[in-house]
Amino acid sequence: MPSYPSASSTEQTPLDGWADAYAAVPERDVPFTTLSAEPIRPLYTEADRSEPDGDYDPIGVPGQYPFTRGVYPSMYRGRLWTMRQFAGFGGAAETNERFRYLLAHGQTGLSTAFDMPSLMGHDSDHKLSLGEVGREGTAVDSVKDMETLFQGIDLGEVSVSMTINAPAAIMLAYYVVAAERQGVQPEHLNGTIQADILKEYIAQKEWCFPIDPAMRLLGDMIEWSSKTMPRWNSVSISGYHIREAGATAAQELAFTLKDGLTYVEQAIDRGLDVDDFAPRLSFFFNAQIDFFEEIAKYRAARRIWARELKETYGAKNPKSWLMRFHTQTAGVSLTAQQPLNNITRTAIEALAGVLGGTQSMHTNSYDEALALPTEDAVRIALRTQQIIAHETGVTNTIDPLGGSYFVEALTDRMEEQARDYFRRIDELGGMVAAVKENYPQREIADASFELQQEIDAKRRIVVGVNAFTEGDDGNTPILKIDPKLEQEQVDRVQAVRAERDAATVEQAIAELQRAAATTENLMPHLVTCARAHATEGELIHALQAVWGDYTETPVF
Amino acid sequence: MPALATEPTPVPSTRRLRVVVAKPGLDGHDRGAKIIARALRDAGMEVIYTGLHQTPEQIVETVLQEDADAVGLSILSGAHMTLVPKIVELLKEQEADDVVVTVGGTIPADDIPLLLELGVAGVFTPGAPTQDIIDFIRGAVAHEG
Repeated sequence: MPSYPSASSTEQTPLDGWADAYAAVPERDVPFTTLSAEPIRPLYTEADRSEPDGDYDPIGVPGQYPFTRGVYPSMYRGRLWTMRQFAGFGGAAETNERFRYLLAHGQTGLSTAFDMPSLMGHDSDHKLSLGEVGREGTAVDSVKDMETLFQGIDLGEVSVSMTINAPAAIMLAYYVVAAERQGVQPEHLNGTIQADILKEYIAQKEWCFPIDPAMRLLGDMIEWSSKTMPRWNSVSISGYHIREAGATAAQELAFTLKDGLTYVEQAIDRGLDVDDFAPRLSFFFNAQIDFFEEIAKYRAARRIWARELKETYGAKNPKSWLMRFHTQTAGVSLTAQQPLNNITRTAIEALAGVLGGTQSMHTNSYDEALALPTEDAVRIALRTQQIIAHETGVTNTIDPLGGSYFVEALTDRMEEQARDYFRRIDELGGMVAAVKENYPQREIADASFELQQEIDAKRRIVVGVNAFTEGDDGNTPILKIDPKLEQEQVDRVQAVRAERDAATVEQAIAELQRAAATTENLMPHLVTCARAHATEGELIHALQAVWGDYTETPVF
Repeated sequence: MPALATEPTPVPSTRRLRVVVAKPGLDGHDRGAKIIARALRDAGMEVIYTGLHQTPEQIVETVLQEDADAVGLSILSGAHMTLVPKIVELLKEQEADDVVVTVGGTIPADDIPLLLELGVAGVFTPGAPTQDIIDFIRGAVAHEG
């Protein structure tokens, strides 16, 4: 047997008749590296392929372990990915209108963006909410707003994703009660709540509690929904924000998977059978502009997850091994300069998501480096996915890049880098300990600073930003949020407090606090609080009174 | 530390610039703020980064306590037209309006002249090179001093 170079080798494999001819031509003076600063060789050949090891074939076939080529045997020939545009602004009524617009234009699932006060657990009339209500998403203060959000949309039919984390358990309780009031029982609800709390401390930075009680609340939610909501994805383990914060592709992959494995370990420690909850875990990745690196990332992610769940955690149900994921194109890749160019960037990123085998996708709008997107911009973003799905032909065959020397070598390299990070995190005592020590935060800050230096030095070209800068007219129409929406939302939450039965709320909150000090599952208590019209801020503050809050020691 | 009255007045040009990098409001997008903080530090300035989720009052208090020459506000939540005027006003109330205020983030073009009118010295939108920001702060502080 000849010896093969490892995937990480930067040495060019010799190839008769080519190497000399290649060396005779001078290379362009640019760094041939990925966006993540990973060196890329001029040519990949058969010698770069990893070989099957006994029964284990790292590439395999679609729908079979280790799922490198996709989670389903038929992939897009059976069913296209779900086109799911994330939307939310203003009050619940405005977002409800945008949802209906998207459904009318062929979108197949809903995705809810919450505003900053909702993400941080503040009611709209809290002093820290000033100027932020309905700005970056929709404001939800109580079950009333949740009902308005989905008015006229059958929650038993549509799949709904909610991007909220620290207060996820509260929002899920609101959602369950809103559905109950439509006559839909929890077992019929289909969708996903993000609820990935570790990546909040790592990257997105929207927290409410110290890490340990936050992990417990998540555990309560996973346990409760695995029993009550069989069609519900109880957590969407997210690399998106980790990448947006400046991580490399390998860091996004490694930290996200390690977060996911940490949730698995916690649930097993709570006495759950891995096969009872693992099939409901889903993932959420970024699609950056470095096309092949992204595709390799998704393929490696599926393979690592399958191997870990099967080999390390003993999952027996093949559904537990499947990594299903949502993709969003990279917000950070959008430029404020010459914004129409962002349509092209988004199209390429979306294509990487599709060639990487995504289950659902959000494409960003070209104007998002300037403001929240206008309806026209959102429609173009959705059309971009439709063009990929229906015009390009890339959906005709499964994993069209499988077996590409380059893509397979890059996939192997991604797996190797992720496993290196796993080892380092384990040495620190696991992900929770590593996050408390700021380890992933520091790695990300370093990577993000290095990339900025490359851009500043023009070693990396960003079209319209540090090269080709002519032709920016600065006349892009942008969405303006009417400031009166904030006051209307403040009035609404105050009306909710005035109209409800105060004694019922007080009693429900007191019960929640009592349970929070024990190990009792909090979800049934939160559902009771939701029915009593307790506001989000009240519930968060009630829990903070028991658990405390969180202050970061920033690293930069 | 404020200089004692008995000490000779320090020569302004040898004093390291003191800059507060602040994240007002609730958004957690700290990538830009941290890059700027590090770039300013690497350029020889004393940098105090407030961390996330700061109220205007907290930021102004930090500026005063740290005797800062400049404060860089990073906002990506769309709340800049609420938060920046508040901070500028509080600085005036504290007679600290000689502090150079810059704003960075997703700031729509229409809002930039409004912020400059309020007394903001410079607004930096996505894609601004860090060296431009360093040079701008040096220039603006020298001008104030």
